[in-house]
Amino acid sequence: MTDIVKPSPSPSEVGFVLGRRSVLKGAVALGGAVALGGTLAACGDDDESSEAGSGGEAASGTLRVGSNYSDAKPNEALKAVLDAFPNEDVTIELNEVDHNTYQEQIVAYMQDPPDDVAPWFAAYRLVPLASAGLLMDISDVWTNSLDDILSEGFKQASTYDGKQYLVPWTFYSWGIHYRKSVWDSIGATPPETYEDLLALCAELQGQGVTPFAFGNDGRWPAMGTFDQLNFRLNGYQYHVDLMAGNESWTDDRTKEVFARWAELLPYHQENPNGREWQDAAQALIDGEAAMMTIGNFVGDIFPNEDLDDLDFFPFPVLNDEHGTDTVEAPIDGWVVVAEPENEAAAKEVVAHLGTADAQNTFLSIAPGVQAPAEGVDTSAYNALQAKSADLVQNAANVTQFLDRDTLPAFANEAGQAFADFMSDPFNIDAILEDLQSKAEALL
Amino acid sequence: MTATPSSTEEAVGADRADTAASTKKVGRLGGHGISQFTGTDRRVFLAMLLIPLTVHVLIVWVPTILSIGLSLTKWNGIGLDTIEWVGVENYDQIILGAFQTDFFQAVLNNVWLLLFLFFGPTLLGMFLAYLLDKNLRGSRIYQSVFYTPVVLSLAVVGFIWQNIMYDQQYGLATWAFGGGEAVDWLGNQEFVIEFGGYGLSKNFIAILAAMAWRHTGYIMVLYLAGLKSVDVSLKESASLDGCNEWQTFRHVLFPTLKPINVIVVVITVIEALRAFDIVYVLNTPRNTELLSILTTDNLIGEGADNIGRGSAYATVLFALCIGFVLWYVTNHYRNQESSV
Repeated sequence: MTDIVKPSPSPSEVGFVLGRRSVLKGAVALGGAVALGGTLAACGDDDESSEAGSGGEAASGTLRVGSNYSDAKPNEALKAVLDAFPNEDVTIELNEVDHNTYQEQIVAYMQDPPDDVAPWFAAYRLVPLASAGLLMDISDVWTNSLDDILSEGFKQASTYDGKQYLVPWTFYSWGIHYRKSVWDSIGATPPETYEDLLALCAELQGQGVTPFAFGNDGRWPAMGTFDQLNFRLNGYQYHVDLMAGNESWTDDRTKEVFARWAELLPYHQENPNGREWQDAAQALIDGEAAMMTIGNFVGDIFPNEDLDDLDFFPFPVLNDEHGTDTVEAPIDGWVVVAEPENEAAAKEVVAHLGTADAQNTFLSIAPGVQAPAEGVDTSAYNALQAKSADLVQNAANVTQFLDRDTLPAFANEAGQAFADFMSDPFNIDAILEDLQSKAEALL
Repeated sequence: MTATPSSTEEAVGADRADTAASTKKVGRLGGHGISQFTGTDRRVFLAMLLIPLTVHVLIVWVPTILSIGLSLTKWNGIGLDTIEWVGVENYDQIILGAFQTDFFQAVLNNVWLLLFLFFGPTLLGMFLAYLLDKNLRGSRIYQSVFYTPVVLSLAVVGFIWQNIMYDQQYGLATWAFGGGEAVDWLGNQEFVIEFGGYGLSKNFIAILAAMAWRHTGYIMVLYLAGLKSVDVSLKESASLDGCNEWQTFRHVLFPTLKPINVIVVVITVIEALRAFDIVYVLNTPRNTELLSILTTDNLIGEGADNIGRGSAYATVLFALCIGFVLWYVTNHYRNQESSV
């Protein structure tokens, strides 16, 4: 039903669940370890495409794979990957489910799964499914093939309670996106500090250009801006603690985030709550707006000929203590259901999906994202992909996204509170008190 | 004129017996008639009663009672063994606790919707039906035009209102009323009428307009059917007696439409309570929540601890609906009985 309203390649409109401590550890480890893995992707060689899933004999028979890739490019790319699956004894049937429907029905889907292999998200969002025993422990796939080609950070993001449940597949990062040609023509350069950003905004507005394109229909886009301001100002750990309910929304540090946001808000397109992000991005494409805080997936709706003109920079420094040490980079991947009909084939296929070969094929058709495996052909990355991959690999901390880092019910409440703030910025104290009471009830 | 409960029962009993009697072509029956039927008859009656009753109980009342039960629990929807009994905690949260602003705004929106449906689409629908009943040229075309929104699928309705009517920049509504400026029809959550943090928001008014668009045609068709069945001689005698147009409608036509009025009242109240679809496809911003929306928001997704809360919203909605139905049924039978 909702698919007609706003199909979105976004970090999901529907929330997800966190199991607090265990995943916090995972998220922390993810941050550190991605940095360690930084150099790996750059020096990958291509001889790693072993298919050793379950270790023993080769699998055969039919395997059903679920897909929520309802956008054209990713869908085509996934089909190409599965068509190229090397073990010809396995027949793969793809079960395509609409993206939003899939997420709304995930609990029912996983309790009586029609497919053996299914798409899902890393970190916190694994927890409710894994802890309920709905996913298969695929630690052996990691031991047999993935450990060698994926960095420790991605492994942690795939881990719940010491076992691996996910094969990381793609990721992308959030930042401020802009058109190089537009910025050249007005003589602007990416600001490094918040003060520079404010100055630039004032200057752009003086020239009659809207500084920030912004559409908050669906309530998640504002979460992206909030996350950036929050971890730039208060640091990664504060983000984690706030999402877990261990810090307060009425804390002065949280209020400071909204104070900064209120300074930036006049430089955003007006009336964001009723605008879809695609419409906001159109203003960016048309040059009516100069920049947009969004994920790399914004490239998916850029016309191909303009794609080279799209660039992005990390959200500027707000607090020297934290600099730009945190990147928001949601990871998507594949899981095997708890009781697959064809376990051998399922493990073999997810092992294959974890390889650079499979991910290269996917990226060659769907270039809006980056892939995690060592050996992924980074030379084929466009400038934006390369920059994003580089940022993620050199970041001290990686967050997933507000609605992937806390309880889904609470993410929904936060989204509503942000919409209230957009509508009435001066009422922020009351809004935050209300949000805090919800955090206490839910987290 | 008020009937006592016992006489109501008797009347209903006699009514049933009369129906039974006429099918059987047996003479007049008293209040204790079942013994006069043959064994086969009784078995047929029993089957006709029990089969629909069983189906009804199974698909209506069992889920209802389970929902009410779930509203007293905390459950993430995964595995029956994770259901945890929490008593009235969910109700406490939504009525007195952290979620009360959402809850009372939603209840208030349901009330706005009810008032609006009565004073907007119902009156308009009645007026349109009255005009169309006059056999204007092309009245069939008008009928079809006004009725079309009722038969459109939800996907089309969502597209029409979100993208064609209410687009901020290029929407028809923006073009007609925006005066050259972009208008945030669905995102503007400012209150027009406000009291103590609750009120009627601008975007909810935009949604009401969309609801009216569909409800008017529906009401119109009902009244049109009613008007078509009014005996022409009534109108003729009214005009012979020198009634003007309004007097004819008020004192002659309207009273004959009583059965339609009853149906319209029921449809409108039920629609106001269970309204969901248009609001759901247009509901992105705040202050447009309805009880049905809060229920759904808490039930879909990969689950948190909120199926209990969703069920609590659903139970409140159910209580309002069943309250109306009970009140209505009681009154309806009373009036019918007293008018006999």
